[in-house]
Amino acid sequence: MSTKKLQYERPIIQRLNTGVMNKFGTKTEYKPVTHIDGNSVKELLAKYGSPLFVISEQTIRDTYQSANRAFKNRYPKVQFAWSYKTNYMNAVCNVFHQLGSWAEVVSGFEYHKALQNGVPGSKIIFNGPDKSEEDLTLAIKNDSLLHIDHLDELYMIMEIANNSKKRPRVAIRVNMDTGIYPMWDRFGFNYENGQAWDAINKIMLNDKMDLVGLHSHIGTFMLAPSAYGIAAAKLSDLAMAVKKKFKKNIQYIDMGGGFASKNTLKGSYLQGVDTSPTFDQFAEAITTSILNAGFTETELPLLILETGRALIDDAGYLLGSVISNKRLADGRRATIMDFGVNILFTSFWYDHKISPAQEFGQHTEDSVLYGPLCMNIDVIRENITLPPLMRNDNVVVHSVGAYNMTQWMQFIALRPAIVLIDTNETAHLIRNRETLNSIQSDEVMPKYLKTFKL
Amino acid sequence: MRKKKINVAVTGLNNIDSPGPGIPVIRALKESKVFDVRIVGLSYEALEPGIYMHELVDKTYQIPLPSAGKASLMERLQYIHSVEKIDVIIPNFDAELFNFITLSDKLKKELNINVFVPTLAQFEDRHKANLSAYGKKHKIKVPYGKVIFSAASIPSLVSEFTYPMVVKGKFYDAYIAYNQEQAHTYFNKISAKWGLPIIIQEFVTGQEVNVTALGDGKGNTIGAVPMRKQYITDKGKAWSGISIEDENLMAMTKQLIKSTKWKGGMELEIIKTVKGDYYLLEINPRFPAWVYLAVGCGQNHPDALVQLALGKPVKPFKKYDIGKMFIRYSYDMIVSLKEFETISTLGEL
Amino acid sequence: MKIKKNIALSESGFVFDPSTGDSFTTNPIGLEIITMLKEGKSRGEIKSAITKKYNVDGATFEKDSYDFINMLDKHNLTESYEKEKN
Repeated sequence: MSTKKLQYERPIIQRLNTGVMNKFGTKTEYKPVTHIDGNSVKELLAKYGSPLFVISEQTIRDTYQSANRAFKNRYPKVQFAWSYKTNYMNAVCNVFHQLGSWAEVVSGFEYHKALQNGVPGSKIIFNGPDKSEEDLTLAIKNDSLLHIDHLDELYMIMEIANNSKKRPRVAIRVNMDTGIYPMWDRFGFNYENGQAWDAINKIMLNDKMDLVGLHSHIGTFMLAPSAYGIAAAKLSDLAMAVKKKFKKNIQYIDMGGGFASKNTLKGSYLQGVDTSPTFDQFAEAITTSILNAGFTETELPLLILETGRALIDDAGYLLGSVISNKRLADGRRATIMDFGVNILFTSFWYDHKISPAQEFGQHTEDSVLYGPLCMNIDVIRENITLPPLMRNDNVVVHSVGAYNMTQWMQFIALRPAIVLIDTNETAHLIRNRETLNSIQSDEVMPKYLKTFKL
Repeated sequence: MRKKKINVAVTGLNNIDSPGPGIPVIRALKESKVFDVRIVGLSYEALEPGIYMHELVDKTYQIPLPSAGKASLMERLQYIHSVEKIDVIIPNFDAELFNFITLSDKLKKELNINVFVPTLAQFEDRHKANLSAYGKKHKIKVPYGKVIFSAASIPSLVSEFTYPMVVKGKFYDAYIAYNQEQAHTYFNKISAKWGLPIIIQEFVTGQEVNVTALGDGKGNTIGAVPMRKQYITDKGKAWSGISIEDENLMAMTKQLIKSTKWKGGMELEIIKTVKGDYYLLEINPRFPAWVYLAVGCGQNHPDALVQLALGKPVKPFKKYDIGKMFIRYSYDMIVSLKEFETISTLGEL
Repeated sequence: MKIKKNIALSESGFVFDPSTGDSFTTNPIGLEIITMLKEGKSRGEIKSAITKKYNVDGATFEKDSYDFINMLDKHNLTESYEKEKN
């Protein structure tokens, strides 16, 4: 092939003046992203296969530091606990543990993961409605922090405590009206109707366990820092009431997570990167409430934060390739990618930012972006403006670090590899691409079904 | 005295049947006694009439829609500024204000472009869902309101409201419900379209009056002209209106600007009841499309805004003509295809 | 496939159909294809011209140009089949 030939671009034609968005100045949306932390997208894909998840350790560390700074500048005692469900790749968890985060888990499975990663039992927060008797017994033995979700759990802990020498360290999860919708009243004990105060009294009057903390987690992808201010005020109120009635200080207030990341929710008119509150705004709302609650300086409770999404989302990228272009019956352009909702679960609720991974001319076209599944729901973006992509061209999906590597489905296709790029820009494989065997190794075939004739 | 030459960029060039404020603002600026203003139009669509009104708009550039985000807007403005050296930008659309407000420091610092808009707090506070708290905070009467998230709350509303009541969406839509059935219907209708929450508001009847005003950001009212719509179009927009004299209305406007330290242009929508009470219904955080009536009454608000934006001290207007009318008209321009082609393909004209 | 004779093209990629009043934009390769169609060139001639000039293989271009010409048809920029037959 002659090298003197001009760069080809697919021919496109678009009707004007249909009231759609003009393309002038919108180039940032499709500015090519050819490298991630010094690693070429094409080379990463060639080495580890397409699609591929890539995690930037530098971004994790930078984001953590800015969150940590936002809270520590305003409050003397701050502790982060890594939310395992957000991303429990062990390498990712350990980056957070190296940064000083405890572990926050919501199942026996996650609890064991944290233990295996080497987190001391006393620095594991055990949340969630589903803790088995076995889980609780082990967690009590390890001196972990038990955040009680319902009365059945409280009674189970009392029973275990009766037969054990250990005093369980417990907190209750409190739900409340913070002026936002929906109100997560399915978890924990309600503040307004007195359930929470009731539960606190039951614990305080039981001499076999210690109430060490109060916990709330008001919602997910929260865009209103003021709601956290209200929640922190209500928890502080409970802590002060405990002090007044039982002469005992609550050691910590755990504000949970739910801080929005910079992603753009579907249906939102403005870009998430412009509207999502900063860590400073969340920190200001929370710490102001606690500092104004009336604690003396020595009694100020430790402030625990379990933020997951806002710490990891931006550090994750999904690299993928174009399988085909086609034209839909109504004339719209459709592009089929080699990744779909099976591995990019968050495309159900975000309009993910997607960049081409190679240089392009100035022309763009509107397209629907489909995944590779033979399923009608497999849509990555209902409408996106991109340069004309060709088969085997590559794209980079941004801000996919939260929930995708835990909620992904092994459905129809195998799941891709995950690579972590360290702070020296060296790529490390942290999860292998799945094989047929990784899926089938746990299957059992009854003997009589082993053979057949066709 | 020679007038100082400046470049002002203006959005809202959609001077159509329900017009944006851009062209009226530009007409006002062209009549400035202080500045010789060159106008740079900023448009979102190739069919905005202002693009082709060359006697008013010297050059127009397409800019990305607000939904494309701040970074895109900034990049485009940097380019435009490199050609035009813009001194002031006057944004005129509600939907773009968030981006311009949050970019204003950066525009000043990096490009020395002045944007005289409300602060983010002023902008956010006046949202419809907050109106009750807003009225209390600034000692202004507002219709009693309540935010609800579920249709299950409707039956219990009777403890606080009497029918008829107004059922409103967070951003748009409002219906008057005369009974519980209707309240349910409107709740579902609005929430299906605009989402939650829904605002329930006391139904206040009376005469609607509007004020266009300008605050200097320190609590002073630089200018304010009240107007009553005489006739409205089938879209509810003013067809014609007349400037009126109303001390109470002026006092309310000044109180609001003083209490909020409002910065920039604004339009107040107010209901005056038969009893003579004034209720604030809404604050639009920018000049209205009828702002040129203020100029006609002797108060050039856009001109004063540009002076404030450039850091010049501005003395408040003391009076305005009462009984001046505006009558809106439309006009068919003849435009060459070549011009449409240029703005469509090159993004500037 | 014939392109309507009165279609106006400009170098900027602006395409105007005087019979409907519709206007369009196209990229440089699209412009070249429409120009060649106007000149009455066959699909084969267009293919060889483009593949000679640009870094693209015949199969890819054939697929892309098929789609492009379909879009021209969809946008009413071509003489309809009925007319062609008559």
